[in-house]
Order: sequence, then structure tokens, then C-alpha cells
Amino acid sequence: MTATVMTATLGTRVPRIEDPALLRGAGRFVDDLRLPGTLHAAFVRSPYAHARVLGIDTADARALPGVAAVLTAADLTPLLTDLRLPIAFPEGQLPPEVMPFALVRDEALHVGEPVVIVVASSRRVAEDAAERVVVEYEPLPAVTDPRAALDAGAERACSTADGNLFKRFRVAFGEVDAAFAGAHAVVAERFRLHRGGGSPMETRGVVARHCSESGELTVWSSTQMPHELRHTLAERLSLPEDRVRVVTPDVGGGFGTKYLVYPEEVAVAAAARALDATVKWIEDRQEHFVSAIQERDQHWSVEMALDGDGRLLAVRGTLVHDQGAYAPHSVNVPFNSATSLPGPYALPAYDMDVAVVRTNLVPVIPVRGAGYPQGCFVMERLMDRAAERLGLDRAEIRRRNLIRPDQMPYPTPMRTRAGAPIAYDSGDYPACQAMGLEAIGYDGFGARQAAARAAGRHIGLGIAHAVKGTGRGPFESGLVRVMPDGRVSVYTGALAMGQGLKTALAQIAADTLGVPVERVDVIAGDTGFVSLGHGGYASRQTVTAGSSVLMAARAVREKALAVASGLLEAAAADLVIRDGMVEVDGVPGMAVPLARIAGMLRGLPGYAFPDGVSAGLEAVEHARFDQLAYANAFHACEVEVDVETGGVRILRYVAVTDCGRRINPLIVDGQVTGGIVHGIGNALLEEFRHDEQGQPLTTTFADYLLPTAHDAPPIELLYRESPSPLNPLGVKGAGEVGVIPVTAAVVSAVEDALAPFGARFAEAPLSPVRILETLLQTGLRTGPRNGEGGTP
Amino acid sequence: MTGDPRAISMTVNGREVTLTVEPRVSLADALRQDLGLTGTHVGCEHGVCGSCTVLVDGTAVRSCLLFAVQAEGTAVETVEGLARGSALHPLQEAFRRHHALQCGFCTPGVLMTLVELLRADPCPTEAAVRDALSGNLCRCTGYQPIVAAALDAATVLAAEAAP
Repeated sequence: MTATVMTATLGTRVPRIEDPALLRGAGRFVDDLRLPGTLHAAFVRSPYAHARVLGIDTADARALPGVAAVLTAADLTPLLTDLRLPIAFPEGQLPPEVMPFALVRDEALHVGEPVVIVVASSRRVAEDAAERVVVEYEPLPAVTDPRAALDAGAERACSTADGNLFKRFRVAFGEVDAAFAGAHAVVAERFRLHRGGGSPMETRGVVARHCSESGELTVWSSTQMPHELRHTLAERLSLPEDRVRVVTPDVGGGFGTKYLVYPEEVAVAAAARALDATVKWIEDRQEHFVSAIQERDQHWSVEMALDGDGRLLAVRGTLVHDQGAYAPHSVNVPFNSATSLPGPYALPAYDMDVAVVRTNLVPVIPVRGAGYPQGCFVMERLMDRAAERLGLDRAEIRRRNLIRPDQMPYPTPMRTRAGAPIAYDSGDYPACQAMGLEAIGYDGFGARQAAARAAGRHIGLGIAHAVKGTGRGPFESGLVRVMPDGRVSVYTGALAMGQGLKTALAQIAADTLGVPVERVDVIAGDTGFVSLGHGGYASRQTVTAGSSVLMAARAVREKALAVASGLLEAAAADLVIRDGMVEVDGVPGMAVPLARIAGMLRGLPGYAFPDGVSAGLEAVEHARFDQLAYANAFHACEVEVDVETGGVRILRYVAVTDCGRRINPLIVDGQVTGGIVHGIGNALLEEFRHDEQGQPLTTTFADYLLPTAHDAPPIELLYRESPSPLNPLGVKGAGEVGVIPVTAAVVSAVEDALAPFGARFAEAPLSPVRILETLLQTGLRTGPRNGEGGTP
Repeated sequence: MTGDPRAISMTVNGREVTLTVEPRVSLADALRQDLGLTGTHVGCEHGVCGSCTVLVDGTAVRSCLLFAVQAEGTAVETVEGLARGSALHPLQEAFRRHHALQCGFCTPGVLMTLVELLRADPCPTEAAVRDALSGNLCRCTGYQPIVAAALDAATVLAAEAAP
């Protein structure tokens, strides 16, 4: 496929069509739906990380006025084909027992797991009733450390499982042992990344309306996967799929958190059907902290072999991944971590042994970055270590190992879980590094740092690369329809959750059909309009849905030109579409509106129908994608560390991004900037903590710290555009590549700033406490103090 | 247990309203559920995220932390009162120009925080904008475009106010 040339609409900073309603407070998020007669749900959740449920007494709760139903697992069981949620990955990867139940059946595996659903006239009454439910638990030992969980004789996180290992697998290629045997230098280190989350500002929420007269179940959910939710609900509730409609309202952010069919969605839908009513559940933030998925927690022990010139020979090690209580997306996060570690570097040999471990903590599925930030962190930290060991500059050792542009497309020796080769399609990593180094003033940094140190200030610089597979297939739906009034409607199974997807798709359709962007309406994530779809994840939608919409719009255009050709008695090749009018190019007045063609193609019984075209001025496409388009980034940042408080201030942040062609640079800027600030949270702030019994210690935004306007630094955005040859738009996803290298770059910069103290960091986030502890261990008390300057 | 509902009056976006609410109902819930003003969003219900920020007698407050009955007799301003009929407020326009919103969930609270700031300090520094914004969490934008939009809107508003 050849790449399209960008026109005035594509590639320009078009203001978003989503904005006016959102700015007026006229958005429609799931909690904004106010359907008559709505009942409200609240959940009773496990207060234990691991406990057997011995009995549930709901009598007091049911007696409260306004309570419509109090349902336990026993009550839901006859309403569902299976109380357990179905696997959403190929059979054989992991057994069905890795999935949670809609409500805890007899054993709760993490604090916050839903045990009982209460439905009442208002949320307040539902919560009052939930407090009256008495659940008798037998607390069981909790497994919270995934490494200890692998010991022989370790307590079991789930009493019915054989052990705590969900899966063990290796990602390996090349002659690793020989490489280490012949290495000039070996660097080794243990790394730890702590739990972090997506933390969308809108929590989860679902409204389910059952109507027995029509037999229809309509579900509005703040989800990233409406079609999968429809499929699951239809199957579990024994409803025909076409009697279930899932509508995604405005979604207040997802970041991976909502890319899952959750137990609560099944329980609420089952309750709505049982009551033949409308039931709404809006997760509160405290529930979110204990029941919405999390990510990031991994322990790595890795060594890297190099030759005397600093060229990579091999990397090997182990990764212990904390998967939490369930594995609803199989092993995709640790698989991504292990396969993303080589990143932009030419690595001849690799052997990573991965253990995916069950713990009694909130389950893990991908959060923005999807396991890549961890792999990147480990590799980039080791590159810094190797540079130090060999006396090489940090940028130079990277330059020597980067895959060169003349090696593109670059087939790595690795394969995806589906068995397809992992091959980078395009990109110029050395050029991105050179751009970033120039922008941050890398060559002059040594002098700046020396001057700062002389003045008693501790500044440091860090750099890191990232490569991210984007545009995951197999397809996304795109239906383009010209309405009888001349407006264009685009329907897709892709999911708008704030990225600006609707604007991007509108631009693509508008550009192809010759109509203004304002005349395009985009309906995303409504199963009532398109039968197939996969939703929003893996930086996929501009690639997949964008390509489908492009192809569908082209088909619509061809139809319109064929009909206009007959009406205007002109060859289709002489026709253009401008502002919704099909015109004979260069002959003003010889024109027919798209609206009229759309009307004709609706057909009029008893009258002639245009020859050679099918009914309706519309087309649907499902562009097929078997390979990923690889976006890449190079980040450089400068930080200052206060050695008295351990506080880190990011002074400058430069991000070079190559996500192929940009449909709307305004939106891409937003995606990259947001990703970077999320990464700053991972680097410095965000950590879900728990005690040894698995009790969460961070259940408010005062404990789990998201970056604020004070934490976000000035960010300089630079781009290269290496079009992807894998899709007709030449695009790559931009949603995640921004977050991936941030932790590596920031931690590297902090370490650089504290080099005079010999401080070493192999962990994130770097809270002030963690920095101070390290300084105390490595000699702050004997080193320089603020204002005294010099080296120790 | 819940306390008897009480009748309260206030003005909301310049309109006199009377409603009957349980004493335990937050101002945010009253605005959203009783008055249908769903532009005010509830993000954390513990006063940290700032999504529910509204102005009460001109002061930005967390409407999730205020009981509706405490707003008796006050003048409440919400995001719905910001636009000038069919035209957006200059701050809203600047947000669109600078791509200062993505999912839009935190946006109403951010806008009301900045309305308070710009009334008190028509020509704020970037540091002042970031200070004001530090009580509003946004997961999408990274704040940079919000800061730029606020500074741009200040310029526009200052030009409007000039004789």
C-alpha cells in the first residue's frame, strides 16, 4: 500500500469536534445519564486480601425501605451460564480459573473483590443497606510478595490452585552463554518497579436497562471494549447478541483501566435483568483504588554482556511479575515487558526467564505503556551502567548499539504471542537521539553541571529511548455514510476516551469526501451501529480505525463520483468534491450535492435507480492488520535534586517522537505530553502500597500521588515522521510511546545529579524518602551539603 | 438515621432555586441529581481531585466536601453558567485553541478554578496559574496546555476589559 499525501485537512492542527460540549459541561458521561426509574447499586467488598466466605446474612439489608434486591453469588448463579467471567484470550494459554467470578463464590482473593450487590432506590440507600449485610469470613494467609510466593512451601494465594505460578515462559534467542563467556565486560543489577495505575479522573460506571417487553438489554458503560462487553453479557445472560446493545457514553479517561469486562458489569446487568429494571452503578474513588486493575509491579535480575567497544553481546536474567489475584488478559503485560527490553538496540542474544505470579493484590492488566516502561527501564539503566563501566559517554554507547535506519524494516529474532515475527517497520533512532541531544544541550551539560555543583546545586541529565508496537489488529470497523442532509456519519468499534479519536476520524473522512470537518459526526463504541469492534488499547485506533475509515470513505467517494458522472455527463476522472458538492473540475455551476446523491441511493420504489452502484451512499471496511507499526521516542531531561529533602524538580524535558505521519499534530502533542506526565508519576510519585496482609495503604489521592501542575515540567516536543509502510495513512499510534522512556530518563538524571555521592538507583518511583535513604546509605553525611559545593 | 430532608434556596448561575435535600447530600450531588447540572463532575469525593470545583459566593470550593444545606442563601456558579449564550467564554475558547482538554472530565472544575483566579488576578504569572491549578488533577493533558490556555485567556479578557 502506498502512503497518501497529506492535504490541508490531514496533518493540520484542527480544533477538536469533541470540545464545545465538554467545555460547556454538556458532555454525557455515564453518571450523567438520568433514566426514569433508575435503581442504584452498591457493592459489599471483601475487607480481607484472602479469606473464605463462610456465610452471608442479607436479611437486615433487605428489610431496609427502598431496597430492591440484595444478591450474592448464590443468587447470581442461576441467572448466569457461568458465575465465572469467561477468558478473553485463546484457550490453552491459561486455565479458566484465572478469571474472577461476577461475585465472590467462596474465596475472596483480594481486598475490594465484590461479594454482594445491593440494589436500591438511591445510592445512599444502597450504601446504607450494604452496611447491614453481614459476611462471615475466615481470613487466610495473604501472598503479597511474588518472589516469596515462588518458594517451596509458600502459602497459596488461591487455595484451589496448585501453586502461585500462573505461568513461566522464556523469551530467548542467540548464543547467550557463549556471549557471556567471551564478554569484555558484564554489568548486572536487580531492578524493582512498583505498582501504578491508569487512574482516569472518571471512575468506572455502568448503567444496565432491561426491558422484558422487547427482550432487550441496553448497557451504557465507561469501558474501553464495548463489543467484548456485549459479547460477554449476551453469553453469560443467555441473550442473543442482537438483543444486547452496549453504548459507550463520553469516557473520562481510560489508560487501560477500562479495557476489561469487570465483575461489576456482569453483576449489574444480571441484576437489571432479574429486576427487569434500570440499574446504575458508579464506582466511587475508594472502590477504584481496591478494585480497578493496576500494573507495573515487577522484580528483575538482569545482566548485560558487552565487547570492548561497548557493543551489546547479550542480555539475560529473570523477571518476576506480580500478576495480582487474577490474570484476565493472560500474560500480556510480562510478555510485553520481556519482548520490549531490547527496544531500539541491536541485541545479538537474549534469554529472559519470566515467572508470572499470583498474589492477593488487585489484578493486573495493561496500563498506558503495557509493560514496556519496565522493559525500557531495565535496558536503559543497564546502558548507563555499561557506559560507566567502560568509560564511555552515555549517548555514545547508545549510538553504537542503535538499530540503523538502513536496517529498516528490522526483523528482531522474537515473535509475538500469536507467533508473528516482531519486526520494526520504520524509524531513524540515531537521528531522533541526535535531535534530542541537541535540543537539551547535551554537549554543554558537563559545564552547566560543574557550575551548578560549584554553586551547591545538584543537577543531572538523563536520556532514554523507547520503541512501542502500535496499531494492534486484527482489524477495527469503519462505516462511513453520507446522510440525506449531506452530513457524513462515521461509525466505528474504536473507542473515544479523550484522545481526540472522533476528530481524527472526522478529518480522515472529511478529507476524502471533500466536506468540512464540522459536517462529520462520529459515533464510536456503540454496538448498535457496527457489528464488530475491538475498542481502545495498544495505541491502535488511528492506525486501524483510521485506515478502515479512509478505505470506506474512498469507496463512498467512488460511488458518489460514479453517480455524479451520469448526472453531470462527465467522466468521473474530471470530477472533484469540494465543500460537499461534486463538481466538474474547472466548470463552475456544473455540480451536484452529495446530499442529492445520498438521497438517490436511498432508492425510490417505482423509479429508476442509478446503474452500476450498490444501495446507499455508504461503505464499511475492516482493514486487516497482522503486523504492528513501531513508534519510537528519545527523551532527555534535566533535573535538580534537593539533597536535604530528597525532592526532585524536573527543570527541562525534551521529547523526540516518531509516530509516523500525524493526522492532527495538536492531538499528538496532547497524547505525548499526557504520556510524559503519567511517566513522571511513575518515576517520582505513583505507588500503590499495601501491608504484609495485603491491606492497601493508598486508597485516596492524598496517599496515591498523581502529578499536579507543579510536578509537570516545561516539555519541549520535537518530531520526526517516518511513515509506516503498513497502513495507507502512514501513521503509528501515539498514545503510549510518550510514557515509556520517562521513568528511565528521570531516574538516570537523578542518579547523574547525585553522582558525587555515589548514589545508585534501580527502583521507581523515586520518592523523596527513597532518595534520602539512598543518600544516607551512600554517604550524604560525609558528602557535600547544600551550599557547600564540590565533590566528596 | 439519615435526617429529614430540608428545603433550601440558593441562586445557581443567577437563577433562584429551591430544593429539598437530605442534610447528608453534598452540594455536588444536589447540583447533579436534583438540578440536573451534570457539568460538575465527581472524581474522588474526598476533596483532592478538584473535578467538582464550583464557585460559592465567588470562591472556588469542592462541592463534594460541602453539604448542599451549607449552600443555603449563597450564589453558586457552575460550568454551565460560563458560556455567553451561543458563544463560549474566552477561557473556554482558549482551552479549545490550546487543546487544554482531552477526556473533559476534570475540565469543568479546572475552568471554575481559573475563573476565580482570573477575577482576582487578571494578569497572572505562569507560576500563579500553576499554583491555582495545583488543586486540580488532570490525567490527560500534562497541564502544559491548560497553563498556556489560562495565560492566553487572561490576555483576551484584559483586552475585553480595556476601555
